[in-house]
Amino acid sequence: MPVVLENLGKRFGDGAPVLDDVNATIAQGEFVALLGASGCGKSTLLNIMAGLEKPTSGALEVPSDGAAFMFQDASLFPWLTARGNIELALQLADKTSTKAGRRERASELLELVHLGGAGDKRPHELSGGMRQRVALARSLAQDRQLLLMDEPFAALDAITRDLLHDELERIWKETGRTIVFVTHNVREAVRLGQRVLLLSSRPGRVVAEWEVTEEHRTDAGRAGELTGVITRRLREEIRRHAK
Amino acid sequence: MPSNPITTEERTLPVTESKEHITSPSLKGNASELRDLEAGLDNLQSDTGRKAGIEWKRVLLPVAALVVLILAWQFYVSLEFKRRDLVPGPLDVLTQFVTMWGEGKVQEAVWTSLQRGVIGFLISVVIATPVGLILAQVAPLRRAFGPLISGLQVLPSVAWVPAAIIWFGLTDATVYFVVFMGAIPSIINGLISGVDQIPPQYRSVGTVLGANRLQMALQIVLPAALPGYIGGLKQGWAFSWRSLMAAEIIAVGGTIGFGLGSLLDQGRLLSDMTIVMSAILLILFVGILIELLVFGPIEKRLLQRRGLLAGSSR
Repeated sequence: MPVVLENLGKRFGDGAPVLDDVNATIAQGEFVALLGASGCGKSTLLNIMAGLEKPTSGALEVPSDGAAFMFQDASLFPWLTARGNIELALQLADKTSTKAGRRERASELLELVHLGGAGDKRPHELSGGMRQRVALARSLAQDRQLLLMDEPFAALDAITRDLLHDELERIWKETGRTIVFVTHNVREAVRLGQRVLLLSSRPGRVVAEWEVTEEHRTDAGRAGELTGVITRRLREEIRRHAK
Repeated sequence: MPSNPITTEERTLPVTESKEHITSPSLKGNASELRDLEAGLDNLQSDTGRKAGIEWKRVLLPVAALVVLILAWQFYVSLEFKRRDLVPGPLDVLTQFVTMWGEGKVQEAVWTSLQRGVIGFLISVVIATPVGLILAQVAPLRRAFGPLISGLQVLPSVAWVPAAIIWFGLTDATVYFVVFMGAIPSIINGLISGVDQIPPQYRSVGTVLGANRLQMALQIVLPAALPGYIGGLKQGWAFSWRSLMAAEIIAVGGTIGFGLGSLLDQGRLLSDMTIVMSAILLILFVGILIELLVFGPIEKRLLQRRGLLAGSSR
């Protein structure tokens, strides 16, 4: 089931609209990178898709079982182990699940994010990258077709981020999820997305869209070109607000 | 599909682009190399457990401080500014203590008070926890009763003693009532402030994970608020213990058993300062013991498990 956003608008109180007339369709199983400068309403759009906030105008169509969500900081519960965090998500997602079943599924998910040996560690004992991988496993535990990610790797160092890009791509291919990935990093958007949507700032609106083809993935030069084009367009968008 | 007219022109890529933006599309390497890289990073970046042995400083420093205080006390007494029966020395108090121990008075008083204090406190916890959780989660209720609860915490629970005596007479019910009035508001307040300090993100995560109201309260809010709640429990215990002593001093006789407060009052009646000092020190000692043996370890374990202990001066 695709995700459809139609003329979506959002304003807080009487302020200027944060989002205005946002239109997009995301096919099932697609990986879409949602790109925009800081403060353009990317996170608000994601929150609306997740059902955490209500749009003030327009219509939106999301899968009826809702969406899984991954936050910028891992937001793991510090009183639970890595495994406990995943098991809680499994329990809340499926009230009928058994304890043994949850344990087994949590082990599988930890294995999927290459953290098989760290299940009994607590969040503060894990590195930032490991925490984000637990958070990823937790969002996969929700077992929703749609996975929304709000700059999940923004706070990580470059090597860890590169690794997690690989990992996320692998998991996306293995699980066939529909992913909407919010970022302000053009390279990250080109690296991950099959399609890159550019959101303008104040009000947020989808102003441009690029396809990232297989050619871009295999040819560094082509990827660089695309990154350049998108970066210029993004800068243009930001400069518009200089006056 | 609502098509976006701007996008069509952007999709055709200009081929003549400057090469200065070249980035690698992905990290290259075979899968096992990547896993090794990842495992290496994991090991480098995560905390390795540091185990310490018994920290003698923790034991020796408080003991040394105690010895210094007792020496200062003895020194003051030996200067003989005051009559010895008004300000007894450490040895006088110790002798009296040993005598009372031989009579079984100390054991009886400590046991009676401790039993009441603990039972009263536990019942307070059972009453205060659901009330606090409901007040913290339901905004209108909290607005209505919050100021009253805070007010009750400020009101010294001794103020309830006369009322309790009129209602319940000189029975254990009087003592328990006063303990409840001391402990319950302070536990409720601790829990509410613990809930207030929960990062809002936790609730968002709970919502996204699909928690209903009850699950949110029991599986996310309560554990998240645990540090504040334990603080409230600690304060609740302190209030129970203090209220209990006050009640025991004022309400003596009837069917009320002989507690530490009663011992204190007996010392006053007999004008025997050594009994009074023994009782005060016993009350203090029991308080310290509960802190060291019960709340201290619980709090330490809790903070350690959440990684909140690093750099503190505990």
